[in-house]
Amino acid sequence: MKPNKLIKWLAMSGVAIGSVNMAVAQEDDTIKVGILHSLSGTMAISESTLKDEMLMLIEEQNEKGGLLGKKLEPVVMDPASDWSRYAEQARDMLTGDDQVDVIFGNWTSASRKAVLPVVEEENGLLFYPVQYEGEESSENIFYTGAAPNQQAIPAVDYLRSQGVERWALLGTDYVYPRTTNKILEAYLKEHGVADEDIMVNYTPFGFSNWQSIVSDVADFGSQGKKTAVVSTINGDANVPFYTELSNQGISASDIPVVAFSVGEQELSGIDTGPLVGHMAAWNYFMSVDSDANYDFIDNWVEFTDDETAVTNDPMEAHYIGFNMWLEAVREAGTADVDAVKDSIIGVTVPNLSGGSSAMMPNHHITKPVMIGEIQDDGQFSVVWETSGNVAGDAWSDYLPESQNLISDWRAPLRCGKLNVESMTCEDGAGDE
Amino acid sequence: MTPTHTMISRLRGKAGSRRVNGLKIAPRRWYCLPVMAVLLVWFALVSPSQADVSPQRAQALLQALDTDDFDAKAEAAQAIAASDAAQKTRWLEAFLDGRLGRERDGERFYIITDDSGREWPIIDAITFEDAGTGSRRSVDAFRINNTLRTQLQGLIASLSLDEGDEATRLDAAKRLIGEVDAQSVDAVATQLDNEESPAVRAEIETALALYRVEQGEGEALATLEGNLDTRVRNSLTTIANSDAPIAADAEKVLAGIENKRAWYERGQTLFFGLSAGSVLVLAAIGLAITFGVMGVINMAHGELIMLGAYTTWMIQQLLPGQPGLALLLAIPGGFLVAGAFGILIERSVIRFLKGRPLETLLATFGISLILQQLVRTVFSPLNRRVNSPDWLQGAWHLNEALSLTLNRLGVLIFCLVVFAALWALMRYTRLGLEVRAVTQNRAMARSMGVRAARVDMLTFGLGAGVAGLAGVALSQITNVGPNLGQSYIVDSFLVVVFGGVGNLWGTLVAGMSLGVINQVLQPWVGAVLAKVIVLIGVILFIQKRPQGLFAPKGRTS
Repeated sequence: MKPNKLIKWLAMSGVAIGSVNMAVAQEDDTIKVGILHSLSGTMAISESTLKDEMLMLIEEQNEKGGLLGKKLEPVVMDPASDWSRYAEQARDMLTGDDQVDVIFGNWTSASRKAVLPVVEEENGLLFYPVQYEGEESSENIFYTGAAPNQQAIPAVDYLRSQGVERWALLGTDYVYPRTTNKILEAYLKEHGVADEDIMVNYTPFGFSNWQSIVSDVADFGSQGKKTAVVSTINGDANVPFYTELSNQGISASDIPVVAFSVGEQELSGIDTGPLVGHMAAWNYFMSVDSDANYDFIDNWVEFTDDETAVTNDPMEAHYIGFNMWLEAVREAGTADVDAVKDSIIGVTVPNLSGGSSAMMPNHHITKPVMIGEIQDDGQFSVVWETSGNVAGDAWSDYLPESQNLISDWRAPLRCGKLNVESMTCEDGAGDE
Repeated sequence: MTPTHTMISRLRGKAGSRRVNGLKIAPRRWYCLPVMAVLLVWFALVSPSQADVSPQRAQALLQALDTDDFDAKAEAAQAIAASDAAQKTRWLEAFLDGRLGRERDGERFYIITDDSGREWPIIDAITFEDAGTGSRRSVDAFRINNTLRTQLQGLIASLSLDEGDEATRLDAAKRLIGEVDAQSVDAVATQLDNEESPAVRAEIETALALYRVEQGEGEALATLEGNLDTRVRNSLTTIANSDAPIAADAEKVLAGIENKRAWYERGQTLFFGLSAGSVLVLAAIGLAITFGVMGVINMAHGELIMLGAYTTWMIQQLLPGQPGLALLLAIPGGFLVAGAFGILIERSVIRFLKGRPLETLLATFGISLILQQLVRTVFSPLNRRVNSPDWLQGAWHLNEALSLTLNRLGVLIFCLVVFAALWALMRYTRLGLEVRAVTQNRAMARSMGVRAARVDMLTFGLGAGVAGLAGVALSQITNVGPNLGQSYIVDSFLVVVFGGVGNLWGTLVAGMSLGVINQVLQPWVGAVLAKVIVLIGVILFIQKRPQGLFAPKGRTS
């Protein structure tokens, strides 16, 4: 067994319990890359794939000769879906034996909020790959997932262009759906949608008793105006939700559902036959037509040794984030955190949809926004796409409390929460 | 131009806004496509004689689909449907399934015959000759969107339809409601004269009456009385709010309709409540035996439910393609598997902890974690997909306002059957007699020759088996995964305590009433708050009446 095969085998078989330093031979001259994704507990379904992807990307880079003449060395930890453990392990990665140069990790907003003070205090770098609610900007975090204006707003624009006039905003009861729906409500009202044409509903995690809510939505949609559901329903609750929709005979041509948290990975456990035509909004779909994407899928299938392995949007975000970091380190000539923080702004790398993405001064990136319709093979077919890239906006323009705020981490400003009206830098980052 | 084509161009002309009775009615763009399809089904049965068109013509027809503009694609699809090409049905079907595509660097068109893997077998779209294999890199499949999909389904239906059967005509007639206008009213009236089926006639009459009411004919209102169709209601609302002469009459009819709908909505809420309650009862009834009758606090109860659900999944894996049979076999299967685990738990742990409830609680909590991890290790942490048989999919439409989803109805009936069987078992069999004897007075029962240890084991096994049955039912309405049991354990204890420990009837009444209360509250306060209110309500109730709804009678209580 070759050493890198062994690394892969160890990682894939889940031997990594707690902190396992996985380099077979300890070399002094390595650049350490922390991977902070849950490999057990409820989030393992989504996050363990990202850990594997990072191992693949690191392996590929090492085959190409590493970075600045040094090998990259992955440091994998398992925070076990426990938010406070993310913070502990991030601190351990930054200050313990490993002293990693960069961390790729987190999925839920709750875990990001837990890690944020740690990376700021210890001056680490965190690349966060998942779509999130915005209203945050940290000097030490790079948000490679979509901000609300890179997912939710364009999706609503698309539905409006399709004649939708009534909106049911359904979500799971936690920070991401609540903030996103708050932004969407403000946006819709600004565009002349009346109060009675918006229905908002929140359900607990893992909710399965959808009958009366789906029946309410059907009733809401039967008033003669074209109605759509905007779903920020997360995780497990989606399967019973879609089952109930099809059982009550609501198809995508009656009331289309556009989801922000349902991707290829989530659909791989569902019979998508009755869901054909329902939509999702992302910045990447596995079915995107580009050679970079086809190469990425081929490598991924080979790495996982699974013909049916799927790719998804957060994976693309890590792909972009990793390449941006590589480029920034090359530009800075060192993996030193402060140098990389400065050199990464403005870095442009190819994304998987055929274009390229740039890191903005507000630590968000530019990407295209796409709407895909679910197909019966569990893939999405892209039916609409923004004409160019959309730049991520840390502070939403549609919420009164944040419409005057911007974030700019370039010298000499270096402010995550700049009020453009008073030109004062309000307290840095991490505002709830 | 073929007749089909003429029809389409005529229809396209009328999709603008209509002025009815001085009221401007907004164009309903999303309706016009289905209606186009409906009218195609009815009027364009004369399909052009099919012959092979020249390869150049076929190439040109397919070429027109190769565009990013969905409106242009729709026109191209209509051109195909109107053409003489013998391959047209196959083309449209492949297009609908996203399996018609074009060579990326070439001019050929392909149909992908199987798109499940990453290398697809493909055939030439014009000659249907085998063309080897293709992949995403080499074949660019044409994309469709929702609007186009609806339209294609209509086109294909019109092509493959010989003499539309009753169901097709009924479906078509339903789509006509609200879509009749001055141009089509005579054609629709003729259709009514030729129609024999009463159901279809009723729909066409509604469609015509609605049109006449919109034109201001007050006498047509009588036909609409008590009609539950939402389109009728919406049109009448518009008329009632206008200053048309029939506004007052329309309002009267509308009030009747709203009143009738309100009653059906109450019926539906009741059904939702009972079905939510039946899930609670199923989950709790096993616990009503182990905790209620035996007094064992079994924190692993949820995991026994999970084992029943996994048994269903495994049996489905063994019988691919027969989800119905698998589900029926899973009923005894789930009972036996969960029952066997229950007996194992009782023999190995619980009997040594008799009379020590705290230790039992901790030990069974440990068992529940062990069982969860066991399932994660053996199967995977990912959820498993349990298919529903056809007879548990969809809904039973009683009328426009009331329909009962079949999977929920199935669970409700199953719950009542399980309850009746369990009750009969406790009431009429020797085992039931012995269980009651042992729980009421253990020492006395033993002195009468009842083997108390054996009764304990069987009772616990029975409770565990019933939990397994709950798992079989839950696999039809929720995710089957390692965490399945956790979401039901608290609810189960809640139901048993609320209903009165040791009383099966109490569990039934408590579960059903909690379900109904929850569903009644839910539209007002939301799912999260409804649950909180129910919980607070039960806590207050228990404070007032610690023995629960039905207090067990007897010396032990």
